[in-house]
Amino acid sequence: MSASTLTSLFSPASLTVIAACTLYGTFIGAMPGLTATMAVALLVPFTYFMDPLIAISAIVATTTTAIFAGDVPGTLMRIPGTPASAAYVEDAYRLSRAGRSRSTLMVSLFAACIGGLVGVALLALIAPQLARVAVQFSSFETFWLACLGLSCAVLTSNGSVAKSFSSLFLGLFIATIGIDVAVGHPRFTFGNYELFDGISFIPAIIGLFALSEILRSAQIGHRDQPANAVQESFSKALHEAALVLRRFKRNIARSSVLGTLIGALPGAGADIAAWICYAISRRFSRHPERYGTGYIEGVTDGGSANNAAIGGAWTPALVFGIPGDSVTAIAIGILLLNGMSPGPQIFTESPELVHTLYGAFALSNLAMIPAGLLVIMASSQVVRIPRRVLMPCVLLFSLVGAYAITNSVIAIWTVLALGALGYAMEANGFPLAPAILGIVLGTIVEENFMTSMMKAQGDLLAFFDRPWAAALGTLTLLLWALLLTRGIYESVQRRRYPSPSSETETYP
Amino acid sequence: MMSTNSTTMMTISLALWASLAATSASADNPETCHWQPERAVTFIVPWGTGGGTDANARRLASLLEEEMGVPFNVVNRTGGNGVVGHTSLARGKPDGYTIGAATVEIDTMHWLGLTPLTYQDITPIALINRSSPGVVVQNNSPYETLDALLDEARQNPGELTASGTAQGGIWHLALAGMLKAEGLAPDAIRWIPSQGAGPALKELMAGGIDVATPSLAEARNLIEQGELKALGYMSDTPMAQLPEVPLTADTLESGWTLSAFVTVSGPDGLPDEIACTYEQAIETAINSEAWAEFKRSSGTQVVFENRHETAQLLAEADRQLGEVVEAIGLAK
Repeated sequence: MSASTLTSLFSPASLTVIAACTLYGTFIGAMPGLTATMAVALLVPFTYFMDPLIAISAIVATTTTAIFAGDVPGTLMRIPGTPASAAYVEDAYRLSRAGRSRSTLMVSLFAACIGGLVGVALLALIAPQLARVAVQFSSFETFWLACLGLSCAVLTSNGSVAKSFSSLFLGLFIATIGIDVAVGHPRFTFGNYELFDGISFIPAIIGLFALSEILRSAQIGHRDQPANAVQESFSKALHEAALVLRRFKRNIARSSVLGTLIGALPGAGADIAAWICYAISRRFSRHPERYGTGYIEGVTDGGSANNAAIGGAWTPALVFGIPGDSVTAIAIGILLLNGMSPGPQIFTESPELVHTLYGAFALSNLAMIPAGLLVIMASSQVVRIPRRVLMPCVLLFSLVGAYAITNSVIAIWTVLALGALGYAMEANGFPLAPAILGIVLGTIVEENFMTSMMKAQGDLLAFFDRPWAAALGTLTLLLWALLLTRGIYESVQRRRYPSPSSETETYP
Repeated sequence: MMSTNSTTMMTISLALWASLAATSASADNPETCHWQPERAVTFIVPWGTGGGTDANARRLASLLEEEMGVPFNVVNRTGGNGVVGHTSLARGKPDGYTIGAATVEIDTMHWLGLTPLTYQDITPIALINRSSPGVVVQNNSPYETLDALLDEARQNPGELTASGTAQGGIWHLALAGMLKAEGLAPDAIRWIPSQGAGPALKELMAGGIDVATPSLAEARNLIEQGELKALGYMSDTPMAQLPEVPLTADTLESGWTLSAFVTVSGPDGLPDEIACTYEQAIETAINSEAWAEFKRSSGTQVVFENRHETAQLLAEADRQLGEVVEAIGLAK
């Protein structure tokens, strides 16, 4: 990194902007329903008056912190701030209910920071090579990748296989609502044009997780024991978090690298990265049975993967000017506005921009720590509020947040309908996570499947024609075969030895 | 996501331009145009953040904010291929506190059977952006000219695939319209729907499709990098940044051109006084140096048309787009 980059990065103006955006991103991310994309969109008018390098730093700082801060309402109120936090919300929330909200959030803060730093390091080292691979992904490859993501639902779920599948397909059904992308035909909209765009993730997540929790707590009423109101002290929480981080350092390393690579693939973002890393974590964990019941290991994986993916998402944007997500699309607009065209030449023509981008990533990941600790200490007071006071506030936040994301009343109905559904599902032992994954990935799977079929004119072998597609396809099919044989084996075992101890299955 | 649907609207004929020039002297008495908003104005954008319409709208909103002294809140009402945003714009209260960006889709979606809404349900104020599609292929593609590409499509209809936006989206109509104008079947190059220019260009780079027809401005970056090449630009004036791209007006027998554009419009029944106030404020903003710089960066020309011209354009484009939609068999 050149000296001029350092001076520009550490100039008072740049540092002020990064600090301000860190706080801003933390605030927006911590508000249920407000996403990283929205935070960046609101920032756009200000970037017109900024130096382009500072504008890029501002965007980087905002997204980095917003994705972490999405964990805050997820942990405290079971409302994942962004879809990227949904993978491990169950664990984080249960830990928080057990009085460990501060240490849990600190774990996810530090995991996010490490993930973000690994993400930018990889970006700096192999961006051009990574982008070459990423750009080879057509609809065939993306389809298999999304299938792999969906398989994670079954891998990570705690419920019985049948119930997990039901939940997954319920999610996939919800994803089919709206105009179908291939031929533009509206489905299950009943003529309501507000439904043409489908059910958006945020209201769905808020409904399934938050509202169902509110309903449950309303039903329990006075008999509800408040969450462990005794707060961990700051130093104890920090100590606890440090122990967890040391214990699961390999998880964090693995998920940071994997998260970056997944984030770099077009069509896969922070959310898929978090899901896949959570699933892999469970697969290799010594205690897979504890996942989903308030176990910290998965939080370290998901928390580092989603922040690592942010760095990855910049790869195709920087190297080819192809936005990996809506945030990088806005960033490309700002670059063009200032006469800098992303592309391979940007590394030689505007090295100061590239270096500033890396520097801003590193700096904002570090600045996130004090800002995050501040938010954690302040917001964890939430768990001390009696539930009968807290829950109506959560309801209010949920509805306002859902409305804010789409500016549409249909979002409120979505929250209410899916809240009732989520409550009914949980009451009958159906896990919620597969449904969410179905909603998030259903559109991607369908869109890429339809596009691929149209390209291949119905020839299924085309799904294995291209090298990456063949590799990913084979991997997916192998995984399915494995799951299937395991399922059959388990049911045979259960029939032979019908004992309750079959619940504690051992993973090879 | 970069949406193509975003920078869209269309005009087809040169004659239209001539007729518009004649009426461009606005009949409004500037004396009556001094409505002043007293609170924040909502600016509806029917397309997502990060797309072309969004960028234009946000830049304009920030200029209007300075000029008129009240906040302009850009609200992305996305969904239903533009139906949601356009409908909420048309049904807004015509009190001047709701305006928005109406795009070409107001002239296509009713032909496609998505909504009964037409251009007659909005009050046009001004035209602020115009862009034309390019015919883009991978740099190592065997086709060196548009003619060679069309010959291949003529000889092996249905072999080649193209993308750029959703089925029935403006860039689909651009390609199908061109094929039809050149005497080919409108589906001689098969359309693969995508979510917009970004995803379509990505597919093209990955070798998933053979051709893309997004707005040339959106493909410019990859063309300058040497990843893609442009075989044609569906326009009669070269793009300033890519002057060497052949114009379809010159190279094609039919002289097919198509330009897409973005208007600023108000709800149905917006009073004249408010409409002409906005018209003047937008004209001032468009003529500013800040706007010129913004347009330079996005590779599009600075354009402005007043509300009478815009209204005429909307009507004319509606008729012509209806014919294209009909011809390719998507009319409902």
